[in-house]
Amino acid sequence: MLLIRCPYCEEERPELEFRNAGEAHIARSANMAGESDDDFEKFFFIRSNPKGIIYERWRHMHGCARFFNAVRDTVTDKFVMTYKAGEPKPSKLPKNSNEVVAK
Amino acid sequence: MSGAFRIPAAGRLKQAKTARFSFDGQSYAGVEGDTLASALLANGVHLVGRSFKYHRPRGVLSAGAEEPNALVQIVRDDARKTPNVRATVQELYDGLAANSQNRWPSLSFDVSAVNDLASPLFSAGFYYKTFMWPKAAWKSLYEPKIREAAGLGISPDRPDPDHYSSRYAHCDVLVLGGGAAGIAAALAAAETGVSVILADEQAKFGGSLRFESGAMIDGQDGFAWAQAAVAKLAAMGNVRVLSRTTAFGYYAQNFVGLVERVSDHLKAPGHDLPRERLWQVRAKRVMLASGAIERHMVFANNDRPGIMLAGAARTYLNQYGVAVGRNVGVYTANDSAYAAAIDLKKAGVNVAAIVDLRDNPTGPVIDEARALGIEINFGRAVIRAGGKLRVSSMTVQPKNGGGERTIPVDAILMSAGWTPSVHLFSQSRGKVAFNDETKRFVPGTYAQDCVSVGACNGTDGLSATLDEAYAAGAKAAKDAGAKDASTKTGKGAKPKVDASESWSRGMLGAAPGAGPDTTVKAFVDFQNDVTAKDIRQAVHEGMRSIEHVKRFTTNGMATDQGKTSNMHGLAIAAETLGKPIPEVGLTTFRAPYTPVTFGAIVSHARGPLFDPTRKTAIHPWAEAQGAVFEDVGQWKRAWYFPKAGEDMHKAVDRECVAVRNKAGLFDASTLGKIEVVGPDAAKFMELLYTNPWEKLEPGRCRYGIMLREDGFIYDDGVVGRLAPDRFHVTTTTGGAPRVMNHMEDYLQTEFPHLNVWLTSITEQWAVIAVQGPKSRDIIAPLVEGIDMSDEALPHMSVREGKICGVPTRLFRMSFTGERGFEVNVPADYGQAVWEALWAEGQKHGATAYGTESMHVLRAEKGYIIVGQDTDGTVTPNDAGLDWAVGKKKADFVGIRGLMRPDLVAKGRKQLVGLKTKDPKVVLEEGAQIVEDPKQPIPMKMIGHVTSSYWSENCGRSIALALVTGGRDRMGDTLYVPMPNGVIEVEVTGMVFFDETGGRLNG
Repeated sequence: MLLIRCPYCEEERPELEFRNAGEAHIARSANMAGESDDDFEKFFFIRSNPKGIIYERWRHMHGCARFFNAVRDTVTDKFVMTYKAGEPKPSKLPKNSNEVVAK
Repeated sequence: MSGAFRIPAAGRLKQAKTARFSFDGQSYAGVEGDTLASALLANGVHLVGRSFKYHRPRGVLSAGAEEPNALVQIVRDDARKTPNVRATVQELYDGLAANSQNRWPSLSFDVSAVNDLASPLFSAGFYYKTFMWPKAAWKSLYEPKIREAAGLGISPDRPDPDHYSSRYAHCDVLVLGGGAAGIAAALAAAETGVSVILADEQAKFGGSLRFESGAMIDGQDGFAWAQAAVAKLAAMGNVRVLSRTTAFGYYAQNFVGLVERVSDHLKAPGHDLPRERLWQVRAKRVMLASGAIERHMVFANNDRPGIMLAGAARTYLNQYGVAVGRNVGVYTANDSAYAAAIDLKKAGVNVAAIVDLRDNPTGPVIDEARALGIEINFGRAVIRAGGKLRVSSMTVQPKNGGGERTIPVDAILMSAGWTPSVHLFSQSRGKVAFNDETKRFVPGTYAQDCVSVGACNGTDGLSATLDEAYAAGAKAAKDAGAKDASTKTGKGAKPKVDASESWSRGMLGAAPGAGPDTTVKAFVDFQNDVTAKDIRQAVHEGMRSIEHVKRFTTNGMATDQGKTSNMHGLAIAAETLGKPIPEVGLTTFRAPYTPVTFGAIVSHARGPLFDPTRKTAIHPWAEAQGAVFEDVGQWKRAWYFPKAGEDMHKAVDRECVAVRNKAGLFDASTLGKIEVVGPDAAKFMELLYTNPWEKLEPGRCRYGIMLREDGFIYDDGVVGRLAPDRFHVTTTTGGAPRVMNHMEDYLQTEFPHLNVWLTSITEQWAVIAVQGPKSRDIIAPLVEGIDMSDEALPHMSVREGKICGVPTRLFRMSFTGERGFEVNVPADYGQAVWEALWAEGQKHGATAYGTESMHVLRAEKGYIIVGQDTDGTVTPNDAGLDWAVGKKKADFVGIRGLMRPDLVAKGRKQLVGLKTKDPKVVLEEGAQIVEDPKQPIPMKMIGHVTSSYWSENCGRSIALALVTGGRDRMGDTLYVPMPNGVIEVEVTGMVFFDETGGRLNG
């Protein structure tokens, strides 16, 4: 079970309290009705499936109920950071304190 | 005397406390503190089971969790018959009853042992090759027969009467393994004051100190030191000590699952004790001190009862006071087996000979063995064992060939070396590294905050182990946040080793005599009956990856997960492939380390606690009326209210007719309800629903449709506007949570500028639907402050007032097509108001109706149910609900999806009505529809039936269906092919009753 830090509660809480909500930073157009087929396809259907760093949305369902964003490594499942909804995609990631250490 | 093979001066058990037990009906005496295995061996019983495939006689191999052979069924009573219990782990209690498995008619005479003679038929990949066809025979013939012939024990056939418990725990340092390394690590960590959990799978801590007679720590015997150290730890407030507790899984972020066996060792556990307790521990630092597992030698007939691991024989002697034979042979490739021979010799057991594969090893144990007069043969191999139900001899040959010599023995102690237990390390996603010099995999690159110490880290020797573990324990505590030395709670000092044993090295793979040119049965994996030859054959048949070799031969796939066999199997595969071992790779270790009961995982979440049951405020009334309930999500809903002698159809017919002729009361409380409040509430509703809301007058209602962004119907429901800034939204019963989530998602992330609050009010309001021509007459006398006239309260309106003196939100709405109301009252008043309405209803001939009648009545009117008549690929247009989509709106969720080419294309499936040509025939829901029933199979299916009922009000069957281009087929005849013949249907509109809708005001 993962431990996830809720940026609103400012606490690490067990995964049971959260629900994943798909990829983050996919903005809904302000002119939705005017979107081209291609743009709508990108918006609605196309998702990245990276091996490594993914930006995704989570909801602290059984806590504060807020949606927030997280940066997670899909290889190790480790959370690099979490931040509030609406905040920009981080341009630089913090050095992961938990990164794989050679013995 | 508890067994002829008990040596009174040896072992640590108090011989006075005897315990009676039975094995296959035969009664024996053991001693308290015995395992079932040690008690059997004390009585000279080595034959304890039959093997999985060949039904070969098998004996006890080990003295621990790695045991592949000694699997028994423990029978406490009719319901408690636990199969596949390892006799080496099961502690003895007075009255224990065990049975051997996988034999018929008896353990010593097993008919299926003919499989052993026919073994050329059962080689590697046998199942894949043999039972190929006919396909149908798999289910009816092959699989049941294979399961019957193989199998491991018999599953209990009654519900488990035991209860299980579950705990969460957090600690700074979690130490897994309570041998010398684990204890030293725990001492060092605990002394800093951080919280520590120390767990070990055995009843007694000490690990290999149980058998290492030469170990002296802090001036005392190693095992005694371990007991004293653990007692000291247990007395510390910051330490939790868990014995009989196996760490079975190491998950992300230092989350470890452990199972504590609480009462399996007790004679009469009593119901206040759980059988097992699941611990889910989150630790800042994990210390792995899981030790090493001894490997057997791979030679012909190495599975005969009486042949066991040298360390196990030593444990039986030094811990349990049991000699595993009177005249034992030793076969080894490393030093540790010498220690076993020395201990047994000193205890008075004859050691016939030590056979050592190595050419000219030297060292103190070899000297000591020689000084004791034990015959030692270097550079020789045991090429086969004699005997069947018990080993009777070992045949020795120089390893490069030459004359054979057969030595009579009644036991063979073997050791090919020790395999570090990297299971948990590997589960933590750490990468192992192969040490070519010592021929073993040890922890390499770590993936989590953990550290390995002692034998599981490849550290040899007690002194080095304690040094490493103590230092690592202190470091782990510091890393976990221990304060500096001044806050130390303990006054500990590093344990000092006064005497120790040390051994390393050994060999991997098949021993001489079981090499590539042989076909002997030299077992690699005892539990799955995999021989060295099978592994070579797998390579010859094209398996290159060790993962494929494993699956083809099933090596390491039994319940012991290859704890003794994986390295041998790997070495043989590597040799056959002509590749170095690291290139062939190690198979992945996965949880669980040892089998875990379903009970421990499920814990209390069974029966009524499996899933919450939601009941409405009116539930007790319906129950008292004899309602039959159905499950709708977690809700219990009244399905129908049968009167004496009525079946479901009769009850539903009566209920439906009564609603249309008089009135009916229906508990609609489970309907999802969400209050949307705030200055921007109308704007928010505009975005979340297809309909226009800005112009809806307060006091009026509207049927709303919610789409997903892709344009498909997600939910629907009637929405009442109570005030300019307040909407009372209803959702489907099952959809309430996801609709709430959907709304919150958009409000928080896409439309955060809107000033709106969302509140789930499903459980706050009980909802009583009163439907039918007499509905107003029933409600009106109880209502205060609301004008009930059609002018003041027309269809699709809502008022706040009082009913029976309590607040109500009174909706004039209808899901039946009759004049109807939905009375919302605070849930606490739900049943009282229902009873008052019911009493009033009795004056007007009203009936209570359930969900089945509700379904029929709405279908008569063509009202859809989202999730039944729609399936996530249906647009409002497909469902005939285009009128509910605001054409002038600039935006709403789904607006762009609705424009997708496929969604506006011709020939989509559309919802229509179906009337069977024979009105008495009721279609099956889900039945497929075709244009031409004479076409060849597979026919072209153009749609399916979504709803179908007998309508007593229409005097015929009615149905709704999704049909390709359905609205262009009005009046057409279509066909529904069924197993008993083809049913002819006519395509109609969706409204079967009161097409003009006059009855809404009737």
